[in-house]
Amino acid sequence: MTVKKETPDESLFVSGHRACHGCGMALGVRHILEATGKDVILVSPTGCLETFTSPYGLSPWRVPWIHHVFENAPAVASGVVAALRFQGRDHTRVVAIGGDGATFDIGFGALSGMLERGDDVLYICVDNGAYMNTGGQRSAATPAWAATTTDPAGRQSMGKAEMKKNLPEIVAAHGIPYVATASIAYLRDLKKKIKKAMTYHGPRYIQIDTPCPSGWSFPSHLTLEIGRLGVNSGLVPLFEKENGEITATRKIKRKIPVADYLKKQKRYRHLFASERGRLEIEKIQALADGHIEKYGLLSVA
Amino acid sequence: MGNIRVVEGSEAVALAVKACRPHVISAYPISPQTHIVEGLARMVADGDISAEYVKVESEFSAASVLAGAAAAGSRSYTASSSQGLLLMTEVLYASAGMRLPFVITAVNRSISAPINIQVDHQDSMSLRDAGLIQFYVESVQEAYDMHLAAFKIAEDPDIMLPVMVCMDGWVLTHSYERVQFVDQQAVDDFLPPFAPEHHLDPATPKTWGSYAESDVMMEFKYAIHKAMTEGKPRIQAILRDVSALTGRDNSGLIEAYRIDGAEIILVALGSVTGTVKDAVDELRDAGKKVGLLKIRCYRPFPHEEIWQAVKDANVIAVMDASFSMGSEGSIGLDLKAKLFGRPQAPMVVDFVAGLGGREINARTIHRLVARAEEIHSSGLVLPESEWVDLDPTIVS
Amino acid sequence: MKLTKGAVVEGGTSLNYKTGTWRDQRPEIDQELCNHCGICRDVCPDDAVHVNDDRYEIDYDFCKGCGICAYECKADAIQILPEEK
Repeated sequence: MTVKKETPDESLFVSGHRACHGCGMALGVRHILEATGKDVILVSPTGCLETFTSPYGLSPWRVPWIHHVFENAPAVASGVVAALRFQGRDHTRVVAIGGDGATFDIGFGALSGMLERGDDVLYICVDNGAYMNTGGQRSAATPAWAATTTDPAGRQSMGKAEMKKNLPEIVAAHGIPYVATASIAYLRDLKKKIKKAMTYHGPRYIQIDTPCPSGWSFPSHLTLEIGRLGVNSGLVPLFEKENGEITATRKIKRKIPVADYLKKQKRYRHLFASERGRLEIEKIQALADGHIEKYGLLSVA
Repeated sequence: MGNIRVVEGSEAVALAVKACRPHVISAYPISPQTHIVEGLARMVADGDISAEYVKVESEFSAASVLAGAAAAGSRSYTASSSQGLLLMTEVLYASAGMRLPFVITAVNRSISAPINIQVDHQDSMSLRDAGLIQFYVESVQEAYDMHLAAFKIAEDPDIMLPVMVCMDGWVLTHSYERVQFVDQQAVDDFLPPFAPEHHLDPATPKTWGSYAESDVMMEFKYAIHKAMTEGKPRIQAILRDVSALTGRDNSGLIEAYRIDGAEIILVALGSVTGTVKDAVDELRDAGKKVGLLKIRCYRPFPHEEIWQAVKDANVIAVMDASFSMGSEGSIGLDLKAKLFGRPQAPMVVDFVAGLGGREINARTIHRLVARAEEIHSSGLVLPESEWVDLDPTIVS
Repeated sequence: MKLTKGAVVEGGTSLNYKTGTWRDQRPEIDQELCNHCGICRDVCPDDAVHVNDDRYEIDYDFCKGCGICAYECKADAIQILPEEK
């Protein structure tokens, strides 16, 4: 049997980078670049991706890539776009790829500014739910009840109390042409979304769930499996919003209970250690059920 | 020579920037620089300038836009003041480290708290460690002239650093002065398009913003210092070229005014130097051997040029409009560091004057000179800066 | 060798850093069982599965031994074995 799909002649994100074993983000980035092709300029903020791809002299990026500082990838991207526009280099597209810390928290203002200006930037958030580069501190993207080093579970805590910031909806409220959520568990779907985003001009946002074996504590071979469980539990809803309307959702063929997803990750282990924890799991189930209802995620029986 | 018009200081700067044909301008308002970006906005709205004008949501982003544009191969510009300049600090350090050239007008204004919108130099002085080239101007005309030089200096292949042109807020930006403009053709002949060695381009994919381990970090940082210090001749050559263009000699890293035989030399920068020159004339008329050393290029610090100018004086009276809390005035720190150990170096007395826009007039300077003489006669080296016109009775 | 100005470097240079030394387990593809679906190549975070003339091969210079390829292989054609140091 021959290879079923096209593969690139030359990889744009090569081996030798220093991502952890089984890194969901690294996998995602390989496919982002397969989908965008090489006529791009990438901008990344400080974070896992930046750190594992840029020790001096050892870069996996076969496209132009710039890291400036932590807060400003969206603004740097705006600057690149302005330069390209002035220079008449319209065919080269600008793609920002940043983690959740940079996107949800410290770079949130700059992101909003870029969206509001209508700059032609595809911003991709590779979301592993914490400041993983520095050891796993909470971000606004950390799901509620997950334990992190700054929101640890303890005698008086069930992990993060605050709900995950709904950044895709906040971004969509800026009135931009394309917003989507994706997962590295579904690579073809991810690439389709990137390709579709590239057909639009103006600001676009894609948030990719990138499971993190190191940070979420699961064996490194389970990265896609964990991603699938997250999606099929309803906790990680996958949808596309084009010009303000939901145009597609990824249906869940077989819904799995959230506990099946949570129990495989040490960051939720505290929920299985007490009766109180088990009650919290019910709240997480309600959250997942809420997503399923809101986005119509269950396949029609 | 070009035409002469009476214009507001901000307008002169906007016209200088326009003449330099930037590709990208970012804009965020803060008093007292706002007239500059507004002037540029009007030019964009009328199609008189073809730059991409990016209206950002903070000064952090204003500087970041310039970094992205410069990396992508475009000449870029913004203006800011005070709190806005401080907000850019991280971006400016990173841009210097990545050798990204652009020009920022620092319209000098004091730093909170308390909040005060009048002029002093705390804002730009707080950034002097970052690896930017810094100039301070005396007049609107000099502001115009220095902006013509700034882009060429920033983009020089051996320099490749951000350049900050500092001009006093309100005093220069909002006063009207007779300015002689340079013809566009002459500016175009002087300033070729930005042509960096590297820029973001899919045809030659490069990685910008690597991290450096301890084994190479010092060398990367030293390279910035080296570019600045070894860049002094290049900076002077470009300033001389601008002088040829304008017919005005602003070519020195310093300007010495009536230094010959001076026993007391005042060191100052910015618009106050105009007042100091008047005071020096009055004092000279009265028989006092006083002179002024105006520092035009503050970073790289022109210590050799300063030494040659001041070495025969008895006392140097530094006029600092910024202060390093817990230590001494900014220029005082730089100057004393560089003169220390020089044979028979003059005594240096550091005066802090003008913070928060407090008036400095000729009489202030006369008092300052008298005080410097007194201190010099006493032979005592002062452990602290002298805060001029301070009312200690209200200090809590 | 002289440092570059501003630490700007050529892309693709990470190929000089052999992450294969990170392994403590190694995947091995059974070519008889392999059905050439390409999933292993798709799911490797390190781009360490290459196709040569329709033959799928692990690049042991870079494979970190995460085990994703073996787990995702639908044909059970990839075994995880301990890495011999």
